[in-house]
Amino acid sequence: MISLGFIAEGVAQGGASGGYDPLLPGLILLLPLLGFAANGVLALMAGSRAADRIRGGGDGAAIAGPDGKKPFTHTLPTWIGPGVLLGAFILVAINFFRMLGVELTEPVIRSYWSWMPTGTLSVDAAIQLDQLSMIMMMVITGVGFLIHMFSVGYMKEDPGYPRYFAYLNLFVFFMLVLVMGANFPVMFVGWEGVGLCSYLLIGFWFQDREKADAGKKAFIVNRVGDFGLLMAMFILFATFGTLDYGAIFQQAPELFVYGGAAVTAVTLFLLLGAVGKSAQIPLYVWLPDAMAGPTPVSALIHAATMVTAGVYLVARSSVLFAMAPASAAAVATIGALTALFAATIALKQYDIKKVLAYSTVSQLGFMFMGVGVGAYAAGVFHLMTHAFFKALLFLGAGAVIHSMHHALHSTHKDWDAQDMRNMGGLKRFMPATWITMWIATLAIAGIWPFAGFFSKDEIIWYVGTAGAFSGLYVVLWGMALAAAVLTAFYMTRMMVMTFHGPNRTGEDEAKHLHEAPLNMTIPLGVLAVLSVFGGWINVPGSVRESFFGGFGLLPMSAWLDSWLAPVTAGADAIRMAELGAYADVSPVGGGHVVWGAIATTMALVVVILTARHFLAREVQPAHIDGEPESGIGKVLYNKWYVDEFYDRIIVRPILATSRFCWRVIDRVVIDGTVNAVGAVSKGVGWFGSLFQTGQINTYAFIIALSALVVLGAFIF
Amino acid sequence: MLVEALILSAILFVVGMLGVLVRRNAIIIFLCVELMLNAVNLSFVALSRFMGIEGQIYVFFVMTVAAAEAAVGLAIIIAIFRHYETVNVNNFNLLKW
Repeated sequence: MISLGFIAEGVAQGGASGGYDPLLPGLILLLPLLGFAANGVLALMAGSRAADRIRGGGDGAAIAGPDGKKPFTHTLPTWIGPGVLLGAFILVAINFFRMLGVELTEPVIRSYWSWMPTGTLSVDAAIQLDQLSMIMMMVITGVGFLIHMFSVGYMKEDPGYPRYFAYLNLFVFFMLVLVMGANFPVMFVGWEGVGLCSYLLIGFWFQDREKADAGKKAFIVNRVGDFGLLMAMFILFATFGTLDYGAIFQQAPELFVYGGAAVTAVTLFLLLGAVGKSAQIPLYVWLPDAMAGPTPVSALIHAATMVTAGVYLVARSSVLFAMAPASAAAVATIGALTALFAATIALKQYDIKKVLAYSTVSQLGFMFMGVGVGAYAAGVFHLMTHAFFKALLFLGAGAVIHSMHHALHSTHKDWDAQDMRNMGGLKRFMPATWITMWIATLAIAGIWPFAGFFSKDEIIWYVGTAGAFSGLYVVLWGMALAAAVLTAFYMTRMMVMTFHGPNRTGEDEAKHLHEAPLNMTIPLGVLAVLSVFGGWINVPGSVRESFFGGFGLLPMSAWLDSWLAPVTAGADAIRMAELGAYADVSPVGGGHVVWGAIATTMALVVVILTARHFLAREVQPAHIDGEPESGIGKVLYNKWYVDEFYDRIIVRPILATSRFCWRVIDRVVIDGTVNAVGAVSKGVGWFGSLFQTGQINTYAFIIALSALVVLGAFIF
Repeated sequence: MLVEALILSAILFVVGMLGVLVRRNAIIIFLCVELMLNAVNLSFVALSRFMGIEGQIYVFFVMTVAAAEAAVGLAIIIAIFRHYETVNVNNFNLLKW
């Protein structure tokens, strides 16, 4: 118990905590880890029992025992998995409200043990609590708990149920390590850990070759980004001699030159890491394939939490990015390119999860734009609201797929349960899913008063105001607007194709379409509420006083901006000193309220026009409709052929090089050398063995001859 | 006097050595080895006349070792004979890898 108390409490370290005393911060990490251990043991037990059944000639995938009841290995995870998350969420919430009450200017750091005391480098296993990590922890444990709860309904018939919850708990643990780490190496442990869990969960149904390959693709593409993160850490260590956040961000203005080569290199490498993890151009290709995993996993890892780690990284290193304007511009440019590019692909996808995947890539692009132009709070704000509505969309899609799967399974129809062309008219069967998903759609489209309106338009606004510094940002601003319009379009298309119009599933199948059970619809409802009101926490004053804030009557505030101010203070100070304040107008004039009105009207018009367009059009089931044959539609359907392009430019040359190394360098040169040495030794040995006849006379003769030679040598 | 003794010793030694090299009967080879030892003994004795008594002491050593060697060597030859029923060394060629 003593050691457990130590783990849970840690050792307070330096810095003014401002009277804030965190409650058991280590326990927040420990709970998901314990959940992983417990579920992992259950998974091993279930696995060995399944192996026994298979050896006995039975069905390895059967869950229920002979008495028709599920064994404890499949009932306990239902309570352990979401339970530890609920515990962690309550702890985080308590800490959050305690932090709300105090003015915290410096992060509270808890150090547990000295992790790497080597030479000049000393890294502690330390966690830190500040406003940014607190927001992230609230999202991770809060949304995480809802998704765990949803998973109970979604995954309960899966033979790998305990394994699923073990991985999911482990993921939450590593994600918390990522956002709570007080230095780069600890963050990196979490960074790699979530990558591992992502790989394990994408390939959760590893019997399917395609899904196992998708997991590998995600892992390998992420390695490219991890290389960047490591390089950044090496340069930081070479410059500062430490890897602690506090020391680095404090000394950065002195040890780095503003806009200098070193800080630009560090931030570009950090950007490479962020681009890999957050699925931005050019490393976004793994995320759409990651949809091979169970849908709640897509909601938790590939929408709400892990893929936002890149945004977190940039926001966390805001001081460094503020000192490297070129890198910050690169962040914003990559974000804008990705937002627009992914949105175009989403226009022509038919797989409901693929639409959401490209939508996620696009929205992550928006977040990158936000943190790229120095609006860190806006980026984190969109990260948070996006976690709400995109998790909702994915869980809703999960409910739809669940229902479609049951319906198609009832008559053993081999249609794709995820293809929207096979759906249609589902609102009659699943009203709760329908309503909540429409709320999320309006939120992501950016329509007042939903959450996305405030967060996305804030980012677009800041990108526009940055136009005062460089024409580049005016272009990015235009791209952001275009991406926002496309977002409204493809989301409406998805909703109409899925829920409206006539049902295309088939008459026998439609009888089996059903609303999801309560433990799946409750998370949808909670997330829907958050998708409506989640944006009200960060509304500028002028907007609050206008129509959008009910002329000051609605309970809105600019809370998040001021909450995150201590975290971004360093970066803001540098930018103010070097560039000056942003002009609070858009490139073509007009204030917040005008652009808010334009944006929401535009989004609404797009939603209505799109809905009318697709309602009027008759959609055919997938086996009749087929792929687009020609034109831009075909290009978009095939995702701009980027995968094919990468295959030609990168994958195949690497494979060819590897094959060359294998067949020529390894087999001919290296193996040849080794074998030649062996053959020569063998030949010499064979020659020598000729003299060993076993005849004593021969030996005696050789001895005598040698003695004569030695004697002769002495004499002459 | 010394030269004649050494020449006799060398002749005896070469005769012994040739016997070891060319004969096939193990007993003969064994006797030839004894001949070589005694050739050496002869030169020891001859030289001790001019160079001190140590040479004669060495002769005693050599004779002692030769006696021990004769006991062991004959025992080996008897053992081999019991096994092969011959003492022709051409048949004994196992002394190799």
